[in-house]
Amino acid sequence: MLRSANFLSKLVTIAGRENQHRITGICSSLVNSKRYASTDKETKSFGMNLFRGQIATDQVFPYPEVLNEDQRQFLRELVDPVAKFFEEQNDAMKNDSIEKVDDVSMEGLKAMGAFGLQVPQDLGGLGLCNTQYARLVEIVGAHDLGVGITLGAHQSIGFKGILLFGSPEQKAKYLPKLATGETMACFCLTEPQSGSDASSIRCRAVLSDDGKHYVLNGSKIWISNGGLSEIFTVFAQTPVKDAKTGETKDKVTAFIVERSFGGVTSGPPEKKMGIKASNTAEVYFEDVKIPAENVLAGEGGGFKVAMNILNNGRFGMAAALSGTMKYCIQKSIEHASTRTQFGQKIDSFGSIQEKIARMTLLQYVTECMAYMISGNMDQGSTEFQIEAAISKVFASEAAWYCADEAIQILGGMGYMKECGLERVMRDLRIFRIFEGTNDILRLFVSLTGIQYAGSSLKELQKAMKNPAANLGLIFGAGSKRAMRMVGMSTGESLTQYVAPELSDSATKASKAIEEFGATVEHLLIKYNKRIIDEQFLLNRLANSAIDIYSMVCVLSRTSRSLSEKHPSAHHETDIANIWCDEAATRINANLSDIKDSGNVKNYDKLAQISRDVVSNGGLYQRHPLGF
Amino acid sequence: MSAYRVLVGCKRVIDYAVKIRVKPDKLGVVTDGVKHSMNPFDEIAIEEAIRLKEKKLASEVVAFSCGPTASQETLRTAMAMGADRAIHVEIDGKEAETLQPIHVAKLLSKVAQEEKIDIIMLGKQAIDDDCNQTAQMTASLLNWPQATFASKIENDNGSFKVTREIDGGLETIKVKLPAVISADLRLNEPRYATLPNIMKAKKKPLAKKKPSDYGVEVKAHQQVLKVEDPPVRQAGQKLETVEDLVVKLKDGGFV
Repeated sequence: MLRSANFLSKLVTIAGRENQHRITGICSSLVNSKRYASTDKETKSFGMNLFRGQIATDQVFPYPEVLNEDQRQFLRELVDPVAKFFEEQNDAMKNDSIEKVDDVSMEGLKAMGAFGLQVPQDLGGLGLCNTQYARLVEIVGAHDLGVGITLGAHQSIGFKGILLFGSPEQKAKYLPKLATGETMACFCLTEPQSGSDASSIRCRAVLSDDGKHYVLNGSKIWISNGGLSEIFTVFAQTPVKDAKTGETKDKVTAFIVERSFGGVTSGPPEKKMGIKASNTAEVYFEDVKIPAENVLAGEGGGFKVAMNILNNGRFGMAAALSGTMKYCIQKSIEHASTRTQFGQKIDSFGSIQEKIARMTLLQYVTECMAYMISGNMDQGSTEFQIEAAISKVFASEAAWYCADEAIQILGGMGYMKECGLERVMRDLRIFRIFEGTNDILRLFVSLTGIQYAGSSLKELQKAMKNPAANLGLIFGAGSKRAMRMVGMSTGESLTQYVAPELSDSATKASKAIEEFGATVEHLLIKYNKRIIDEQFLLNRLANSAIDIYSMVCVLSRTSRSLSEKHPSAHHETDIANIWCDEAATRINANLSDIKDSGNVKNYDKLAQISRDVVSNGGLYQRHPLGF
Repeated sequence: MSAYRVLVGCKRVIDYAVKIRVKPDKLGVVTDGVKHSMNPFDEIAIEEAIRLKEKKLASEVVAFSCGPTASQETLRTAMAMGADRAIHVEIDGKEAETLQPIHVAKLLSKVAQEEKIDIIMLGKQAIDDDCNQTAQMTASLLNWPQATFASKIENDNGSFKVTREIDGGLETIKVKLPAVISADLRLNEPRYATLPNIMKAKKKPLAKKKPSDYGVEVKAHQQVLKVEDPPVRQAGQKLETVEDLVVKLKDGGFV
């Protein structure tokens, strides 16, 4: 049905056309055909199976608890000093105004151990698992996103490649100094002509005749920590000979490059809207001699490296932003509970109450997702790319909403620099852009899932060719469709996994998943592989996937709170039930939009309007006054 | 001159930033699920002890705490800051709630003797009960000199010159060792425990003891009858003139 390779390369092209702008450019390797070829196999990922209309509960129920008593205790001890450091030592406003992390603060962070959170203990780091890491970056996110990016560009992407793919020698050589912050690292993928479209990078490294080193040339832009780093994870084209065909083709390879190799220079810090404390710079490579042993994960393995680094880092963004949202909510309630207007505290007004409640819902959902994914990762799951992408999209948009509403609640005070929220808002804007724009990630979610669903239909098609031998498979699928057609449930339900207080919501989620599966099937039948060009539909599909995943994460966590009788369980139940109710409505609207041919015509019109304006080089309509 | 052995008391208290709530039965305050941390004055004491060690004046810093199991977290913090080892005397439930300075002083004095301690460094008071008695009682039990409310400590050839904050100014005294010193607010600014040090602290020895190991009884000598919130302050009044104020003050019997 869908041939993975061309369909995916097509996606990358679409991505490249649509989105040239990016800071750490990370999105690029969104999809790597090789890696995702493996998704034809069965996976336990909830997000993947969702696209087949199946409920895979393994990873989502019960809510993952991964820390053992030691890890929990250690983490508990780490939380206070980190919080105290950010409350008392680090000055986010100052960092923002001097456009760098203040020297004293930087030294403090290094001494604190903040640069090597996940480096193994025997290599000088703290050896934290993903869940422990999430809890600490949540604190960073609540206080200073500029510092967050400095730390994240270093360890979440900068040297993550060494951590994930490095040989024992590479790890021993680089990680100890990176863990203490003695050297800083960055991730170099984006180039002036290559943003989302990572396969189009032009940096090139050629092996010397004696095979001892590569010579790297090219330049990278918008590299976080680019001006401060000693260690660079660089992606460049290298000529690779295909073992079978004997043909030589350029493939992306990942390298560990040291500034001290010579030929590495960086430009002045870029002037940015937010995250000003973090350094962003161009990096140039001119005849840089890289020892052959500094290749990461083999020649031609660069895509896999980039993909995995990004996939592995996204949960951290959700965790950090859940902290940012907490801060925004804190600011809002401090103001709303003390500000008197019309003779009443403004927190008694419905308009304000709804804002505070909605911010609380979004923060809760973000938290549910962040720790669900970090937990899944710590449990050893490797198929979490859909979930990780969803968490990045959701968290960055939820945090933006919270910052916006917090400023609205504080009114004029919120708009003033002094209050601190305007900085948060500026800082937050980039999160919807970098590490894969949300637009690209939505396509990524839809297409990765559709591909998985398509591979199941392919099985079905094969079975059709030899029906006698595959009766079970055909009847299974056929009867499912038949039941759906007469409006009956296909029987899969989430209710057995949730607390009784949440069973209505679980039913809504189950129905949504079923509808979602049917919609994917409808799209595949109607558009076949042309679906990759239907971005209007793919976006709506992705939005539904995001809503469904959010429902499931919330149901899982709230069920745990109820079964463990947390004092806040009742409050959480209200959050969960409202969230699920509203999400179900949105999903319903999105899915019926996709199937409604009238709506589809609207998308054609929207596309036409855009073409009109673009081809006119500006707005096309006549001014109301005529001039 | 040999280096000194320093014992530091580290009490686990409700964090200073927490809003204290009285329990519904009015016999205490809510502690369940409430953030706890090291008594800030004890943090100052441990910081001073670590500085003595860094100046090579102290050979070993031993952190001490008595109370429920959770007190071990406080001791881990002390060790992450730089204490070499810790002693936890476990006291649970009811007994921990009614523990008084006299019990702590008895335990401290026994530990000091057993560990051949030269300096006992304590916070001047704990921020939960504000007793301000333990240092004085401990000195008395051991018959050692005491230097309370220290804002500066200088080594002076085997004895210590201690600047004390007293009403109306500073007093400088000299104490011979062994001695008990209690830290006032301005003695120093305690350092942060760094994450790598917290990690290393996990490997430092923490001895778990019971009061009976030191032959100390921790029975309550008192009974809590009632705990109440501080009364809410009455709203003030704005007056137009000085005359009005004088009249009010006279009516109230203040002038």
